[in-house]
Amino acid sequence: MTAKIALEAKQLSLAFGGLKAVSDFSLRVPERGLCGLIGPNGAGKTTIFNLLTGVYQPDHGEIWLGGTRLDGKKPSAIALAGLARTFQNIRLFGELSVIDNVRTACGVRARSGLVRSFLRTPLFLAEERAMIERSYDLLDVLGIAHRADEQAKSLPYGDQRRLEIARALATEPKVLLLDEPVAGMNTQEKHEMRSLIVSLRERFDVGILLIEHDMGLVMEICEEITVLDHGVTIASGNAAGIQENPAVIEAYLGAPEPDEPPSQGPT
Amino acid sequence: MSAGDRRTRSLAERVTELRPNPLVAAVRSAWPFVIAIVIAFVLQAVVAPAMSPFKAKMLLDIGIAIVLASSLNIVNGMAGQFSIGHAGFMMIGGYAAAVVTYYGSIKLLGVPLGVDVPVIGGFMGSGDLLFLASCIVGGIFAAVAGLVVGLPSLRLRGDYLAIVTLGFGEILRVLVQQTPEVPSPKEAAEAGLGTMMSHLGGALSFTGTPTYVSPTPWLENASGEQTGHAGIFFTYLIVGILLVLIYRLKTANQGRRLLAVRENEIAAEACGVNTSRTKVTAFVLAAFFAGVGGALFAHELGATLSPKELGFMKSIDLVIMVVLGGMGSITGVVCAAAFLTVLPELLRTLAPMITNLIGVSVNPDAYRMPLYALALILVMILRPQGLFGIRELWDLRWWKRYVTPAWTKIAGGWLIPRAPKDRP
Amino acid sequence: MTTLVQTLVDTIALGSLYALTALGYTLVYGVLRFINFAHSDIFTVGAWVAWSFCGLFGWLGTGSPIFAMPIILVLAMATCAALGILIELLAYRPLRRAPRLNVLITAIGVSLLLQNCGQLDWVFGRQGQPMPALVEDRSLFMLAGVNIRLVDITIVLLAGALMVALERLVYGSKVGRAMRAVSFDERVASLMGINVNRIVSITFGIGSALAAAGGLLFALKYSNIKQPADTTWVLLGLRAFVAAVVGGIGNVRGAVAGALLIAFVEQFGAAYLSANMRDLFVFVVLIVVLLVKPSGLFGKAVVEKV
Repeated sequence: MTAKIALEAKQLSLAFGGLKAVSDFSLRVPERGLCGLIGPNGAGKTTIFNLLTGVYQPDHGEIWLGGTRLDGKKPSAIALAGLARTFQNIRLFGELSVIDNVRTACGVRARSGLVRSFLRTPLFLAEERAMIERSYDLLDVLGIAHRADEQAKSLPYGDQRRLEIARALATEPKVLLLDEPVAGMNTQEKHEMRSLIVSLRERFDVGILLIEHDMGLVMEICEEITVLDHGVTIASGNAAGIQENPAVIEAYLGAPEPDEPPSQGPT
Repeated sequence: MSAGDRRTRSLAERVTELRPNPLVAAVRSAWPFVIAIVIAFVLQAVVAPAMSPFKAKMLLDIGIAIVLASSLNIVNGMAGQFSIGHAGFMMIGGYAAAVVTYYGSIKLLGVPLGVDVPVIGGFMGSGDLLFLASCIVGGIFAAVAGLVVGLPSLRLRGDYLAIVTLGFGEILRVLVQQTPEVPSPKEAAEAGLGTMMSHLGGALSFTGTPTYVSPTPWLENASGEQTGHAGIFFTYLIVGILLVLIYRLKTANQGRRLLAVRENEIAAEACGVNTSRTKVTAFVLAAFFAGVGGALFAHELGATLSPKELGFMKSIDLVIMVVLGGMGSITGVVCAAAFLTVLPELLRTLAPMITNLIGVSVNPDAYRMPLYALALILVMILRPQGLFGIRELWDLRWWKRYVTPAWTKIAGGWLIPRAPKDRP
Repeated sequence: MTTLVQTLVDTIALGSLYALTALGYTLVYGVLRFINFAHSDIFTVGAWVAWSFCGLFGWLGTGSPIFAMPIILVLAMATCAALGILIELLAYRPLRRAPRLNVLITAIGVSLLLQNCGQLDWVFGRQGQPMPALVEDRSLFMLAGVNIRLVDITIVLLAGALMVALERLVYGSKVGRAMRAVSFDERVASLMGINVNRIVSITFGIGSALAAAGGLLFALKYSNIKQPADTTWVLLGLRAFVAAVVGGIGNVRGAVAGALLIAFVEQFGAAYLSANMRDLFVFVVLIVVLLVKPSGLFGKAVVEKV
């Protein structure tokens, strides 16, 4: 079975000053595919997310989403094109309510501008209504609808991660980038999140690229895994192949217990 | 299991079936404006005549303060772009409007302006129309300036942006100070366009603007002819329109984008919000309304349209209103603007009592600013989001507990602001 | 020629004053990463405190003793240092972890508080006062037809000495090393056993003392003191502030360079273009620098980590 490619990165490179953060990175995420990106701490995984979503511009290489070229665009234009992400260090709109966080992202697909908002035209009213409906549906899927009216910053940690995913999905992406979705969660929560991630593909018709330190999770659910070390791809393939790859074993041997979640970033 | 019945539907798929009846929508769109007009009319025709001239003037001051503070709330409160040069937009709007009415009255309407400016053409006559047009012109000029000042906000944030806005206000002040005197009505009648644009009164003030915004009684004489200006009507008409528009902004997608930019710029951008455009829009909108507020101020009785009056301190006054009221809260800022406008008077009334209490004579005017400053610091330390935070009056706990049930008893569910986000 | 030399002399003297004040902005920004809007008011308070001490010692008239100047200088600097430390303790320390906007608004609040409390009758009052000539008002020598006044020389020498002392402190002492460590990374500095609160207090103290010296020298140069909330002070503070930003806020040498640049633009603009538009030139320089290189001429750009 060969699926069409949704997201493709071709030979991306990025250097900060003299330091090569990413070199010659290539990746393909098929439509509705579920791919993993792993590597020891500091391997450049989040940097790749930042490249894909336009936070950084690559020195070389191309990024394609379907037929659209993404490199050189602003992050907002990339989100509009259909690539959404979550953040490792959670970035919510803290003062806004949970539902408003999702509504804001839904609004990206709305057509009403300032004048329609001021005049409350039929289109505006329909869109606002639709945004509310869709936001509640999204919160239902993520299991946090009962907290819709709470302030986002008052949510417990796990629910904040769920809200980030709901918000990313609200932009109606073709490919979703998840940056350590189960970091800091207990076994029960991890288990729930795992089945959730798997179910998202069908429900939202999206391909998923996942950064995760939890090897078990990645090996279990990802069809394609890319292993990164010092910005260089050292292996890629399916779970079985990766686990036996000597380069991967070597990269992880010096690293402090790759099965453990890494120390939390600034909170 | 097939994918179809488990899919979460997209926005576009839902919109088509949710379109309301256009007629109903039109009524819903228009009624708040109608209410605003009615309230403004009642204030002018019923409330103001019952007040002392002094209190009526206070009513005007409150209205103008609401316009200015609410406009600042768009950029400072909602979009989180800290601007401390807001009086600059007010200055541009005020001077542009003053040019329009002063030279316009002389050139277009042929009125020899003097100390006692007559009412030109009665209520909503040519004079009033010229004044309303001048408000719009003032707003547009200020909006253009807002576009220019908004551009640095794309590169700068926080403290740096604050300095640039401050610098903008100062540059404007220096420039206006260089302008020559306003020509007398007689000279103005012969003046060309160049003179009109450049003769703004320099460091002193723009003199001779007709006082359309005055609290003088209206429809005074027996035959029902208008003798005074409908200043309160116009001021509160603008207040009403502005508040309706800001409320609609805040509860719309566009407004949530402003708040998203304020809360987390990087996340907003990742959610597809074009932060540059959003910020510039906020500046332009805020500047427009500040310009309109400036136009009101320029025609207010007893107000001097001078660069000194509209300097840094005026901007700070407005910032205090927004910060105390709650950054992003419409009703909070309205309350703060009204309260802080009345406060000096309140202090003056209270001064004798305080003097009796502590046995030392105090000058209330001297203690007003230290009190403001202290309040500002304390609010920042104790309640950093301002008194109301981002919430509105009717979201507050005590309001929900006491006022809402009481109102429900009186009027049923009518006019209770209901968040449109209730689950369908 | 005369104008040129006179303008040059004024540029150097004023530039030194701006530098003293700009250093305070820069030092505080270095350790706390926020612009202390109230700093310019410390400058004002410095001048007024100096005047008050003159009154206390009966040196308000002419012919004060030669040792009056150092005594007043030390007293003014000490008072303002204490004031600066107090302000940090009461107003800024509770907000150490708050968003920067809140700290900025608080700083504006402190600035307003100082200005308006200074205006109260029992503090400094609403009237300007003549500043006694603690430094004898005489010309030292003529240069191209321009009187070089003793006070100008005093300003440049004193400001220079203070700046050298600061440089030695920041780069050559244990406290200075701690300051730089806090500036580099507050969390790591505190893990290394540095008492961050103490360092912040010291920084505020030093910055405020320098501003007080600047205030006193300014009052001496123009031999009068405007009332505490006068716009002259606000504009003066703004210029010093612009100097710090233009030089690259957080950078000690940049602040001095920025101060000289701003004084140059202001004085030459006033002398050769238009005296009324001097502030315009200053702010145009500011806006151009911020738009072209937001981190200032000598500053390093800070990038937010995603």
